Amino acid sequence: MTAEIESDACFANRIEPGVDELVVNVGPSHPSTHGVCRVIVHLDGEIVTKAEPVIGYLHRGIEKMAENRTYLQVVPLTDRLDYVGSMYANWAYCRAVERLAGIQVPERAEYLRVIVCEMQRIASHMMSLGSAAADTGAATMFIYAFDQRERVIEAFEELCGARLTYNYVRPGGVSFDLPEGWTELVLQFCRDHRDGLELIDRLFFGNVIARGRMKHVGVLSAEDAVAWGASGPVARGSGVNWDARKHDPYSVYPRFDFDVPTGSNGDCYDRARVRLFECYESCRIIEQALSQMTPGPIKTPGMPRLLAPRPGDAYDQIESARGTLGVYLVSDGSVRPYRMKVRSPAFCNLALLPMLAEGHTLSDLVVILGSLDPVFGEVDR
Amino acid sequence: MNINELREHLCETYPDLCPLFSIEFGDGVLAVDADRLLDAATDLKELGFDRLSMVTAVDRPTHLELVYRLYSRSMTAALFIKCNVDREEPRVHSLVGLWPAALWQERETFDMFGIVFEGHPDLRRILLPDDWEGYPLRKDYRDDSVIRRPDYI
Repeated sequence: MTAEIESDACFANRIEPGVDELVVNVGPSHPSTHGVCRVIVHLDGEIVTKAEPVIGYLHRGIEKMAENRTYLQVVPLTDRLDYVGSMYANWAYCRAVERLAGIQVPERAEYLRVIVCEMQRIASHMMSLGSAAADTGAATMFIYAFDQRERVIEAFEELCGARLTYNYVRPGGVSFDLPEGWTELVLQFCRDHRDGLELIDRLFFGNVIARGRMKHVGVLSAEDAVAWGASGPVARGSGVNWDARKHDPYSVYPRFDFDVPTGSNGDCYDRARVRLFECYESCRIIEQALSQMTPGPIKTPGMPRLLAPRPGDAYDQIESARGTLGVYLVSDGSVRPYRMKVRSPAFCNLALLPMLAEGHTLSDLVVILGSLDPVFGEVDR
Repeated sequence: MNINELREHLCETYPDLCPLFSIEFGDGVLAVDADRLLDAATDLKELGFDRLSMVTAVDRPTHLELVYRLYSRSMTAALFIKCNVDREEPRVHSLVGLWPAALWQERETFDMFGIVFEGHPDLRRILLPDDWEGYPLRKDYRDDSVIRRPDYI
């Protein structure tokens, strides 16, 4: 984009600054925007009168690329959607393929998927809480949260060889069975993680500065959360008690005993708090899954390398760390998807930013953006 | 609520929508004409579909097919609305008034397919730069940077 278009697009056409209004361009490359997001902020003094997110800096056209690859070749692309939660996009895509092609997944594979996705939830929430702390100035807490995340990522590295782009969940099953000693490693992690969460609770949520920065900031009502299509911790922080794992169950989730934490005020504090409590619930699910799991196949036997599902379309969704992640696939009977659409929770949640930021200060905008937990690989696709 | 109960509930409340209902791959699908979309969506919202979870489109050989996915928390049921629009002059009424969730998703659909949503308050490109030419997710989109992957199979 040339400089003229840039200035034309952001200043001349849409914005007519009044005498007291200042237009500030936040981002696109700034630590507080959690990726490559640009926000055009109109300020009256220090108060935000209008905030307009400009996205698309990380748009790689993954939906278009998928039309040019076979069903199996698309799986690595889905890793690059939500790059702090690759397992989710893997799984959502594979569920849609399995639905389209009528593939049954072995029970052990379902358990393995649940375990890795719950661990991924912990890793993703630790990233979110750590950066929320960094946004509010608590850099120490950032290190503690990333310490927890690192242990999950090391376990994933042992499981499938990759730290971030796992390519682990495949149509018809998963790629590897558990390595020796992995179960004990994860159970030990769950025990340690609870202590880590206690520490985070005291260090961050008990901190008067963090509470002051997050309480009553960016309040989202439950009605707005539903109408705007918010999901995940953003909606649950506002008291919308809806979690796909519980209320629209898929896979083996009905077999586990877990709670869905919800907030009541819908502010940044409640959204962060919901993430913290979800980590406890994830530990519970992991422990139950590891004890219920029985030996067996991890892949559907006789899976063809080239899938050519019958013509039609299928949608399936899972609950990712950011909300309801859905994949819509259209098949024309060939070996390549005719169309793939990723229903991205981060995209839908980010649409709330203009509404939430209005009337707060510029420094609060950073906290609100962090509390929506956008991952721009998934927003821009 | 399973899919047959949803069909019965829909047919009892809105008999005129009943013939449009079908089941594909276990999902309820309502096929409506572009000029009836807003009325049908208004009825469905009153029926209890409080969430608009997805808006997208598919470029079929003869037309563009708009796909909406609605979800009802009270009925725990999902429903797709499919609506065919003309390929040359795609116009359809926006659903932003019913669900603000459509605000960005319709912008994205406009960005990728060029479908014009009438009544949308802020219809412009969202992911691509404002000066981008063409609508990339249409099948006839050509660009020098798009490389066709060779057939290994």
